[in-house]
Amino acid sequence: MSKKFLPLVLGAAMGVAATSASAATLDDVKAKGFVQCGVSQGLPGFSNPDSQGNWTGLDVDVCRAMAAAIFDDVNAVKFTPLSAKERFTALQSGEIDVLSRNTTWTMTRDTSLGLNFAGVNYYDGQGFMVRKDLGVTSALELSGASVCTNTGTTTELNVADYFRANNMPYEIVAFEKADEVVAAYDAGRCDVYTTDASGLYAQRLKLTNPGDHMVLPEIISKEPLGPVVRQGDDQWFNLVKWTLNAMINAEELGVTSANVDDMKGSDNPSVKRLLGTEGAYGENIGLTNDWAARIIKHVGNYGESFDANVGPDTPLGIARGVNALWSKGGVLYAPPVR
Amino acid sequence: MANAEMFHVRTEEAPLLPAPVSTTGAIGWMRQNLFSSIGNTILTVIGIFIAYSMIMPIIQFAFIDAVWTGEDRTACLAAEPGEKVGACWAYVGAYMKQFIYGRYPYEELYRVNIVYGLFALLLIPLAMPSVPAKGLNAFLFLVMFPIAAYYLLTGLEFGSFVVFPIVETAVWGGLLVTLVIAVTGIVASLPLGVALALGRRSQMPIIKLVSIIFIEFWRGVPLITVLFMASVMLPLFLPEGVNFDKLLRVLIGVTLFSAAYMAEVVRGGLQAIPKGQYEGAMALGLRFWPMMYLIILPQALKLVIPGIVNTFIGLFKDTTLVLIVGMFDLLGQIKSSFSDSTWATPSQGPTGYLFAGVVFFLFCFGMSRYSIFMEKKLHTGHKR
Repeated sequence: MSKKFLPLVLGAAMGVAATSASAATLDDVKAKGFVQCGVSQGLPGFSNPDSQGNWTGLDVDVCRAMAAAIFDDVNAVKFTPLSAKERFTALQSGEIDVLSRNTTWTMTRDTSLGLNFAGVNYYDGQGFMVRKDLGVTSALELSGASVCTNTGTTTELNVADYFRANNMPYEIVAFEKADEVVAAYDAGRCDVYTTDASGLYAQRLKLTNPGDHMVLPEIISKEPLGPVVRQGDDQWFNLVKWTLNAMINAEELGVTSANVDDMKGSDNPSVKRLLGTEGAYGENIGLTNDWAARIIKHVGNYGESFDANVGPDTPLGIARGVNALWSKGGVLYAPPVR
Repeated sequence: MANAEMFHVRTEEAPLLPAPVSTTGAIGWMRQNLFSSIGNTILTVIGIFIAYSMIMPIIQFAFIDAVWTGEDRTACLAAEPGEKVGACWAYVGAYMKQFIYGRYPYEELYRVNIVYGLFALLLIPLAMPSVPAKGLNAFLFLVMFPIAAYYLLTGLEFGSFVVFPIVETAVWGGLLVTLVIAVTGIVASLPLGVALALGRRSQMPIIKLVSIIFIEFWRGVPLITVLFMASVMLPLFLPEGVNFDKLLRVLIGVTLFSAAYMAEVVRGGLQAIPKGQYEGAMALGLRFWPMMYLIILPQALKLVIPGIVNTFIGLFKDTTLVLIVGMFDLLGQIKSSFSDSTWATPSQGPTGYLFAGVVFFLFCFGMSRYSIFMEKKLHTGHKR
C-alpha cells in the first residue's frame, strides 16, 4: 500500500496534479503491462463472469482484443466491474483505460463528458417479447395489448411514442424492478414485455418455459453500444477504434481464428494489408504490423465473438439481425485498412 | 381382633402417584399453554395454520422440489410445462467457490483458508470465558492477526523475492469481502467509539467540540453517501493515475461511520453510571485513565452490550451496500452470478437470495446469541 500512498501524500502536499497519464495512454499501458478495462457488474453475453470467475462476453472481447493487439496475450487485461453511475467517473479519473460496458452512444455523452466513443460493437434497441401462442408476428399487430415494463425509464416513454404514432390503444403495466416485470409477464399479467432487445433475450431464460416466447422483429429505439475512451489522446482512441474495425473487417474478409495463419499467405491485397504482410498500418497506431493478426488469432473476428457470446448456439440465442455485416443485410460497416 | 380388619393404619408412606397425564409432559404443556380456553384454542389453530402454510412452501422449495446436482441450466428447468422446479442448489454448488472467495486466484486460495483458520482459532478461545491467557490471546488476535492477514491476503514481495504473489483487492469477493469489512469495522469501531464517547463527555472544550462535530457529521450522512464519496468523488480530487485502493477507502468509510454510532451507544452506558462511582474512584486516588479502565468502562460497556451488538449486526448487514461502489460482497457476488446465462433459470434468483439469507442469518444470529450469553455471564445485580 505504501507504494500507492506515497505519491498521493506528496501530490496532496504540494498541490501539484501529476498529469503523466493524460498524454500517452498506450505508453502507460505498455509500461504497466496490462489494459485496465471497465465492464458491467454482470450483463449476460456482454460482460459477465462465469462460474470459474473468468470474464466473458461481447464487451469483454473488445478488451481482450486490445490486449492481444498490444501484448499478444488475451490475459493482459484487468477488469473493473462498474455500476452505471460510476462508469464515466472511472474513465475520467484514469482508473480505467477503456470503458467497454454496454454504453449507449448519445450526443450528450460524446460531446459534454470529455469522452470519445470509439465505435459500435452492438446495435441494441428496445424490442417486444410476446407469447408464441398469441399468434402475433409484428409489433404493429399489438393493438389493445397490455405492456409490462419498468417505471420511470425511457423504455416507458418509447412505448408510449410508438403506440401513439401507430394509432394503437394499449395499457401499461409498470413495475419498479426488472425481476418484478419478468415475474408479472411470466404470470400472464400482460401480453407484451418490453425492454432493450439484448435484455429481452437474457430475461427470457428466466421464464418458466423460454421456448414459448418470441422476440418480435421491430426495434423501436436506437441504442448503439460501444467502447469509450477519454478525450485528448488520439493515439489511444485510434487504437480502440481500429481494434474494433479489425474484427469487423476480418469477418468481412473471411479471416477467422482458425484460418488466420493460412490467410497470411493470401493473395487478396485487403487481407494482406489487414494481417500486416503488406504495408505498415500497425505502426501508425503504435503497434506491430501483425496487430490485427494477433487479435483474430486470439479472440477471433466479430462474427466468432458474436456467436460465442450471444449467438444462436448460446443460451441467449440472439440472431444477428441489424448486427450482421452490411453485405448481409445488417449495418456493420468498418472502414477499410489501407 | 375383629376390629383389626375394620381399621387400617397405614404403617408406611403410600407410593406417590404420578401427576395426571393431562397436567404433565407435552400434553400438559399444550393444555396449559395452547388450549387453556376456547379463545386460546381458536388462536392456536389459526396460528398453526398460518405457520404451516408459510413454512411448507419453503420446505417444498428448498428441499422437496430442489435440484441438487447438474451441469448447467437444463438441470434446473421444468422437464414438462407446468412442473414446479424448486431451489437450484446445483447452481449454488457450481458457484460456491466464488461465493466464498470471490475471484481470488484459485491457486492462492490456501492463503485465504489460512486466514479463515487463524481467525477461528484465535477468536473462539477469546470468546470462551473459561479459556486462560486472555491477554496473550487478545494481543495475538488484535495485533498479530491483522498484520498476518494483511500480508496473507494482499501478498508479500521483497523486490523480486516473492513470498506470496500480490493479489489485488479488485478480485476479492464474496464472503471474504463481507468478513474483511465487517470484522475490520467491528474491531476498529469499538475502541474508536469509546474514545469518541469519552471525548464527548470530556471537560476539555476542544476535544469535546471535535468529538461532537465528528459524531454528528458521520451520523448525519447516509452510509451510501459515504461510500459514493469514497469511490466516486475522491478519485476526481486526486491527481490522474493516482488511485488508492477501493477496499481501503470503503474500510475507512465504514469504520468511521460505525464508530460514530458506537460512540453514542457507549455514551448511553456512561450516562447510566451514577456519579458516586466516579467520586468513589477519585476518592481511591485513581487518575482519569485508571478510573475509566478499572471502574467506569467495565460497568458502562456491560450495560450497553445489546446496543453494541446491535451496531455490530447492523454493520454486518450494511456491508452489502458496497455493491453500489463496484465491490462484490457475498450478496453482490450472488447477484453478479445471475448474469451467467449458463445457469439462468426461473429458480436461480430465489435460490441465490435464499442462500444469501441463510448465510447472513447464521452470522447475525450467532452474534446475537453470543451477546445474550455474555449478558447472562456478566449480570451483577441488574437481572430482573
